[in-house]
Amino acid sequence: MSPLFLFLAFVALLSALGVVFAKNPVHSVLFLILTFFALSGHYLLLNAQFLAAVNIIVYAGAIMVLFLFVIMFLNLNVDTEPHKPALAKIAAAVAGGSLLLILVVALKDVLPTGAPTDATFDSQIGMVNRLGLVLYQQYLLPFELASVLFLVAMVGAVMLGKREVGERNF
Amino acid sequence: MIELPALGWQSIVIFVVFALSLLIATYCTYAERVIAAFLQDRVGPDRAGPYGLAQPLADAVKMFTKEEFFPGGANKALFIFGPCLAMITALMSSAVIPFGNSMSFGNNAFFLQGIEVNIGMLWVFGVVSLGVYGVMIGGWASNNKFSLLGAVRAASQNISYELAMGMALIAVLMISGTLSLRDITLQQSVAGEWHFWNIVKQPLGFIIFLVCAFAETNRTPFDLPECETELVGGYHTEYSSMKLGLYLFAEYVNIFVVSAVMSVLYFGGFNFPFQYELRDWLVSNQGWELASAQNLITLLGTVGLFLKIFAFIFFFMWIRWTLPRFRYDQLMRLGWTILIPLAVLNILITGGLILFGVIN
Repeated sequence: MSPLFLFLAFVALLSALGVVFAKNPVHSVLFLILTFFALSGHYLLLNAQFLAAVNIIVYAGAIMVLFLFVIMFLNLNVDTEPHKPALAKIAAAVAGGSLLLILVVALKDVLPTGAPTDATFDSQIGMVNRLGLVLYQQYLLPFELASVLFLVAMVGAVMLGKREVGERNF
Repeated sequence: MIELPALGWQSIVIFVVFALSLLIATYCTYAERVIAAFLQDRVGPDRAGPYGLAQPLADAVKMFTKEEFFPGGANKALFIFGPCLAMITALMSSAVIPFGNSMSFGNNAFFLQGIEVNIGMLWVFGVVSLGVYGVMIGGWASNNKFSLLGAVRAASQNISYELAMGMALIAVLMISGTLSLRDITLQQSVAGEWHFWNIVKQPLGFIIFLVCAFAETNRTPFDLPECETELVGGYHTEYSSMKLGLYLFAEYVNIFVVSAVMSVLYFGGFNFPFQYELRDWLVSNQGWELASAQNLITLLGTVGLFLKIFAFIFFFMWIRWTLPRFRYDQLMRLGWTILIPLAVLNILITGGLILFGVIN
């Protein structure tokens, strides 16, 4: 385990905890952005440059901006925070705890098989060209379907933005 | 131990690029006033130093010595963090821009570029998409409704124009077939044949990118986040001293970087016309060595790239003092119902032209 990995793991865990424990929702969002950056760092260590960049663009650059946008509008603070009943809190703790237990049990005995040795290591594995070949050869149909889905969403957004008949033009 | 690849030369390049960005941004504030004065038939700054050249220095002293003010109820940590973030994200994207071709000394070849990565275009796009956080956080932490409105406007504006900008980039990617900015530059000039810059192949894409660049840098006519006629000062209403200075400064650094990106993507980067002919002429008629002729071409190319960048910066300022500001609904309508469909159309046209072999 390289020092860089340990540092990134430390940042990722610390900021992920910060998301949960921060009192202020805006701080939570900022910690979440930091978590995404740490994860992108992990992708870089795994030689997946494209995934790292896309993770930053899509999650940190677009989705989290929308999160922050909504949270700024809602003006959440301690006074307006709804207090959940004790039953809900206990149920949440039990559900989260069992998920953690299952994950730990499932991953406890995993051995890293197929990890590349120095002889089989391929430095190009996560590069854009390789990824494109896999997407367009092995996963062509799912990839195209997903792109149609995005196109539909985009057309919908443009339609919503169109001026309706008889709308006042200020 | 962690291996730090080839730190020596690259750190020098990064340091020079960093210093240059700051220097150019500093003199952009001067150039903005001179150009404004020229366009409005005024004299402009002429008091500090010869031709007012010390004006940026005087401004910096003024900014540093002003009272540092924290509004009541502000989130102090984030209030300080906002301008820092704006400056950091503004400076980050210049790392991948190829400011020149390679220089060779003996057997060593050096790239005049901070870091050459094969995802350069995505790096620029990612950093640009992060740029809005500085404005958002600063505006929210000010605890002022005008600041908040400015922050919210900045967020929605950036998200909206990022889409069209990304799709304009996709069309460039389709002709270049690579994400590396250096490779995109090199493809725009090939020795011994007529080869055009990307602007010829992507005129529509360039116009879309240009409009989005204005929106992403919050420049007039899209400077709605700091619209002083409606929002006092927008997101930086509560800022004073050098924190305000950092926000204003980050805007100029952004203009410099986005001008560099446009020069690289659409205007040939460090290429200039007849560079290979000049090199061959130097080698055959003047008896130069090939390596030193190539080094001279590289230096001339870097000068050429900066001339292109300065031309774009002038264009940004020219627009600012010519066009009035958009209304907010007009801004959103332009982004969503005009630029995005146009960008999709541009992708379609580009795909068709590639399919029928008109461009490659």
